[in-house]
Amino acid sequence: MNDKLKILFNGIIAENPTFVLMLGMCPTLGTTGSALNGMSMGLATMAVLICSNVVISLIKNFVPSKVRIPAYIVVIAAFVSVLQLVMEAYVPSLYATLGIFIPLIVVNCIVLGRAEAFASRHGVLDSCLDGIGIGLGFTIALTLLGAVREFLGTGKIFDLTIYPEQFGSLVFVLAPGAFIALGLLIALFSKLRAKSC
Amino acid sequence: MLEYISIIITAIFVNNIVFAQFLGICPFIGVSRKLSSAVGMGAAVTFVMLLATAITWLLQDLVLTPFGLGFMQTIVFILVIAALVQMLEIILKKIAPVLYSALGVFLPLITTNCAVLGVAITVVQKGMNLGESIVYAFATAVGFTMAIAIFAGIREQLAWTSVPKAMRGVPIAMICAGLLAMAFMGFSGIKIG
Amino acid sequence: MKSSLVNMVLSLGIITVVAAAALAGVYTATKEPIAQAKAEKQKAAIGQVLPDIQFNNNPADEASEVTVDGETVTVFPARQDGELVGIAVESHDTNGFSGLITVMYGFNPAGDITGYAVMQHAETPGLGSKMGEWFCNPAHSIIGLNPATSNLTVSKDGGDVDAITAATISSRAFLRALTLANQASQQFAAQQ
Repeated sequence: MNDKLKILFNGIIAENPTFVLMLGMCPTLGTTGSALNGMSMGLATMAVLICSNVVISLIKNFVPSKVRIPAYIVVIAAFVSVLQLVMEAYVPSLYATLGIFIPLIVVNCIVLGRAEAFASRHGVLDSCLDGIGIGLGFTIALTLLGAVREFLGTGKIFDLTIYPEQFGSLVFVLAPGAFIALGLLIALFSKLRAKSC
Repeated sequence: MLEYISIIITAIFVNNIVFAQFLGICPFIGVSRKLSSAVGMGAAVTFVMLLATAITWLLQDLVLTPFGLGFMQTIVFILVIAALVQMLEIILKKIAPVLYSALGVFLPLITTNCAVLGVAITVVQKGMNLGESIVYAFATAVGFTMAIAIFAGIREQLAWTSVPKAMRGVPIAMICAGLLAMAFMGFSGIKIG
Repeated sequence: MKSSLVNMVLSLGIITVVAAAALAGVYTATKEPIAQAKAEKQKAAIGQVLPDIQFNNNPADEASEVTVDGETVTVFPARQDGELVGIAVESHDTNGFSGLITVMYGFNPAGDITGYAVMQHAETPGLGSKMGEWFCNPAHSIIGLNPATSNLTVSKDGGDVDAITAATISSRAFLRALTLANQASQQFAAQQ
């Protein structure tokens, strides 16, 4: 039981995809203008990650090692396309907001990275847990970054006003603020990790 | 002619792929410690992006749209890009070993460079014609090369400065990128024609 | 697993075929809801831009394309028992701060602006993106104005409309799309 929990929490802190592995930076910067958008992007990626991890751990014994990367890419791309269609049908406004970053989940290094580093070597249950853990770590990181940017930029968190908008510094919602806020968060995270170890 | 110039200026400066669109960040952070490798990466991306955009545009126009297979776009495009990168690697090794030794190490990384797939999808979404698409892909790649080269120049200097421990490496690089993005915002709103 | 040409081709082939089949299945299943979601968005926007007008037709069914100065926009006539009581126009301008903006505008038969709804834009968050609220805020509202009697350009250009703070380019694009919509609705009403 302990092992399973370890796999789950591994992705949230020790191997947090954003703050430690620093993978999948494009959606991390591009979709975190608000906490809600960041969280939606994180959840969308998590859905693909769990599905692809499960399927890849199921088929890992049938795929010849030389073509395993193309095979994984096909599996991931199929799940991304399914997600695209489902989002367009049931949450069209969110689909429009996240835009090109939804099809680009396919080239998110986290998804292919976990397929290669974890799912191709472990069982179905462990791979599923790994997908949930890494997905949660990614979602938390994106939500946090989105919340920081939204708070500093517009005085809101999840659209709830904390202080009046005119005191916000708009640069944090714009492109430069994305880089700066992420840089500071990574620094903070590594400082905290260094202390706790 | 004017619209091509407009596409070029917009893609390089106003809507720079790294600083305004947030695509291709992984190589931008990962391969920018040295100026020479940054330029190599930029050249490899330019090469692949041009070819990939031309091929995927033709596929979309001649196969996917006429047969109503638009929903297969993501799968087809990423497979084409992956296959293209593999083939380029083999061909370059055979016919242009000099070019291969310069670009070879970067090629495998390009499959998962979201800028390549991003541009292929963008030109379809914006309804550009083949000529516009190729010009756009080229200009975007030039913008990427410029961004990563400037950034590598800064990081080479950064290696010699003393930075607080927690800020070393990626965090301080991110903040430099933020300042660069701010500089690039000065171009925004520029219109030609 | 050992790689041989046969099993490499076979396994990749099988995976691709299964993936394509699954995708085709999902596509067929979501085709209807996607079309429905689009139609609903359009219907909601039409209702939003013609707020106080009673109509009993479905404007989306009578949509027609109108071309003004080489730009084509879509016009949705709202009718009560066959009589034209309002016009919604889905108009656009390609020179927003970040390119294309698409806005639906509503006009009553007198030509007054009854409302608008921003359908699509990529303007800067916190600046140009405010156009959804700005032009219906009572302090600088365009609703109720008539393009025939008001000069619908920003005050910087000598017009009667206050531009969004620090987003003049977005405001100009918004008003150009409005002018285009107005011309289209006039042209459409004249044909009736």
